[in-house]
Amino acid sequence: MIPELGHYALILALCLAIVQATVPLAGTFTRTPAWIALARPVAWGQFLFLSLAFLALVHAFLVDDFSVRYVAQHGNTLLPEIYKISAVWGAHEGSLLLWVFILGGWTVAVSLFGRHLPDAVLARVLSVMGMISIGFLLFLLMTSNPFARVFPVPAEGGELNPLLQDPGLAVHPPMLYMGYVGMSVAFAFAISALLGGKLDAAWARWSRPWTLVAWVFLTLGIALGSWWAYYELGWGGWWFWDPVENASFMPWLAGTALIHSLAVTEKRGAFKRWTVLLALLAFSLSLLGTFLVRSGVLTSVHAFASDPARGLFILMFLMVVIGGSLLLYAIRAPDISRGGGFDILSRESLLLGNNVLLVLTTALVLLGTLAPLIYDAFGWGKISVGFPWFNTMFVTFMPLLVVLMGAGPLTRWKHQDPAMLARRLKLALLISIGGGIITALPWLSGSLAAGFAVALSLWLLTTLFASLRQRLQHKPGLRGLVQDFNSRGGRSYYGMLLAHLGVAVFIIGVTFVSQFDIEEDVRMSPGQEYQMGDYRFRFEGAKTVDGPNYRARRGTLRVFRGEREVALLHPEKRTYTVQTRPMTEAGIEPGLLRDIYVSLGEPLGNGDWSLRLYYKPMVRWIWLGCLFMAAGGGLAASDPRYRQLLRRSRRSGDLPAAAQGAGSHA
Amino acid sequence: MPAFVRYLAPLLAFLALAALLYKGLSLDPHKVPSPLIDKPAPAFSLPLLKDPGKTLSADELRGKVWLLNVWATWCVSCRAEHPVLMQLAASGKVPVYGLNYKDKREAALRWLQRYGNPYTANAFDADGRVGIDWGVYGTPETFIIDKEGVIRHKHIGPITPEVLRSEIYPIVEKLERAG
Repeated sequence: MIPELGHYALILALCLAIVQATVPLAGTFTRTPAWIALARPVAWGQFLFLSLAFLALVHAFLVDDFSVRYVAQHGNTLLPEIYKISAVWGAHEGSLLLWVFILGGWTVAVSLFGRHLPDAVLARVLSVMGMISIGFLLFLLMTSNPFARVFPVPAEGGELNPLLQDPGLAVHPPMLYMGYVGMSVAFAFAISALLGGKLDAAWARWSRPWTLVAWVFLTLGIALGSWWAYYELGWGGWWFWDPVENASFMPWLAGTALIHSLAVTEKRGAFKRWTVLLALLAFSLSLLGTFLVRSGVLTSVHAFASDPARGLFILMFLMVVIGGSLLLYAIRAPDISRGGGFDILSRESLLLGNNVLLVLTTALVLLGTLAPLIYDAFGWGKISVGFPWFNTMFVTFMPLLVVLMGAGPLTRWKHQDPAMLARRLKLALLISIGGGIITALPWLSGSLAAGFAVALSLWLLTTLFASLRQRLQHKPGLRGLVQDFNSRGGRSYYGMLLAHLGVAVFIIGVTFVSQFDIEEDVRMSPGQEYQMGDYRFRFEGAKTVDGPNYRARRGTLRVFRGEREVALLHPEKRTYTVQTRPMTEAGIEPGLLRDIYVSLGEPLGNGDWSLRLYYKPMVRWIWLGCLFMAAGGGLAASDPRYRQLLRRSRRSGDLPAAAQGAGSHA
Repeated sequence: MPAFVRYLAPLLAFLALAALLYKGLSLDPHKVPSPLIDKPAPAFSLPLLKDPGKTLSADELRGKVWLLNVWATWCVSCRAEHPVLMQLAASGKVPVYGLNYKDKREAALRWLQRYGNPYTANAFDADGRVGIDWGVYGTPETFIIDKEGVIRHKHIGPITPEVLRSEIYPIVEKLERAG
């Protein structure tokens, strides 16, 4: 009965979404206040029914209701409770339900926090979000009903993919979807501005905090996925350029471009067309990711049950959403006024460079991801684009971006005197080049790549410091810092500082782990020792242990550095009872400066095992950097001026595209 | 020329992409060119699932077109594929031989008893050795072997009615006609 109620709730949510998508929007054109006022209650109603549907599916998993096909496929009585819940989004149908559920949540959030928006703007934004919701609800109900029953009812479920039975992966999809779906808010703001014909600085100011929050979730989601891949897949890698990873990375790149471009539009009223296009692009790429993952046009390690019928539906949906919005853009863009002009050297021009590089990288990732498909479609054969291509491309363009990133905060809006900028950057340049050369010296690391990375990181550090010093020129001491932090725009600036610092940390992590990691495959007998680098590994054999729904062979290793024991590791090789797929659980001793990582290979008889030992220097810095970026984004989004300004804008109806002068944040 | 033509570029780029994606829907990325295609089927001789005393070998099957379906009871997709195999067997168009892969004999027999047996015979590959020779990297996989004992096609993943109609039947018919 409950699954039917869930199904019914989905249908009701669809009905409300249709109302939400049409009536308030029509109201903004006919100027009917009652229709406009409908937007918020309808959005809440839709969310209520989506929540009921979602809870119904959670309930079905918790009580092991195998008469529901989706539960029968992915649930199991032996699953621990937490994975029964995460199994809800462990496969196609349920993850799609999570998608709309989160969309409903974002819609409600916009309706609550957007109370200060002009009614017509809010109504249009909610209507656009309603349209997206219609598409996804139709997709769910027509091709992927999670509540479909199965007869005869199986006695036991097929179980959640063991790869997904992991705390990191239980929270990874919700995070990622918060990011993907969050981009729909910026998209809805852009569409509503295009529809209303009013694309101004106020629009940028309204979308900015939403875009930042979505970007924060996307950053966290991607970082979690990468962290999970690192400890769960047992090969010690953290990024594989898999189509599904790329699908999440492209909206992130476009979103990063968007938050920077929005800054220019907000401060200077420039880049309006470009910003609006980026807002459309970021969400379009989120949708494209959904298509690539679920249509089966590309092969990926992330096995989503793919189905061409679903693919066709999403493609039609993409045509309507992306095609429609780009058509609207083509019609409206000529009317968008040009913003303030700027010189060839100014913060605008550097941010333009940032945008060009980010969009170029996005395009290249897209090209690399689709290359197998392009080759196949033109009958050129089958190819796979691997690591080297993506890595080369990144190593080519990212350093340029970092150079701009350092100079940006020190550059004035509108016009920058080159000589003065050079004077400000001279010391930073000297320190970073010097630091890079020293690092690359043969008796220190001997690695050019490491020297290069250190130079880039130092460049970011020193320029950020210079910018901070310049900002606090007239506010000395810690009090000045606190005062500045609490000032209008303060959090935005310190958020930027933190996020850019994160990039510096990230660069160090990526480069050091790729340059100095050690990896060895060894055969070890119980009691045997093996020396790798500074570490001595002693294998103490493997024994069988039983988990709730798996049986594992658990190895024991002691790791010594000199005579001191630094780690006791238990790598496991698990076989899950239902899906008898072998899974490795690496044994990891984490550390800020290095990880020691061991994964169990195959038993070789007589208690011998093949083992893979890794020494991974500074690998944590990769995710630490991501955390910094996310924290920076969160800080910037919490800037009080967004709330103040929104309140004021409601009174005056619109905002002047006032520049706030040099020295303010980007 | 109206002003908005200049701004149509993103839309046009997207339409090109959409056309590519549309084309992509009818292509199958799983159709990885197996190195074994158009090569003689790897020889094997394995005990029969039903009767361990007897064996099935690839050589016995010379002179007819046949399918080798790799399956296991622990494989969920195989369960999904099973009704389609039943349909295929009922059509009588081509004999389906099974390679029961890394499985338990009792479980496999119980499966066939419960859901029906579409296989002319099943080879029992308990340790997956033969599967390795055939380049199996997941279940289910299905090979089409011609009268000369040459592998002509490989399908990865469950056979759907659609695959049966558009892929398996046409290839089998072509190979049958080939004399």
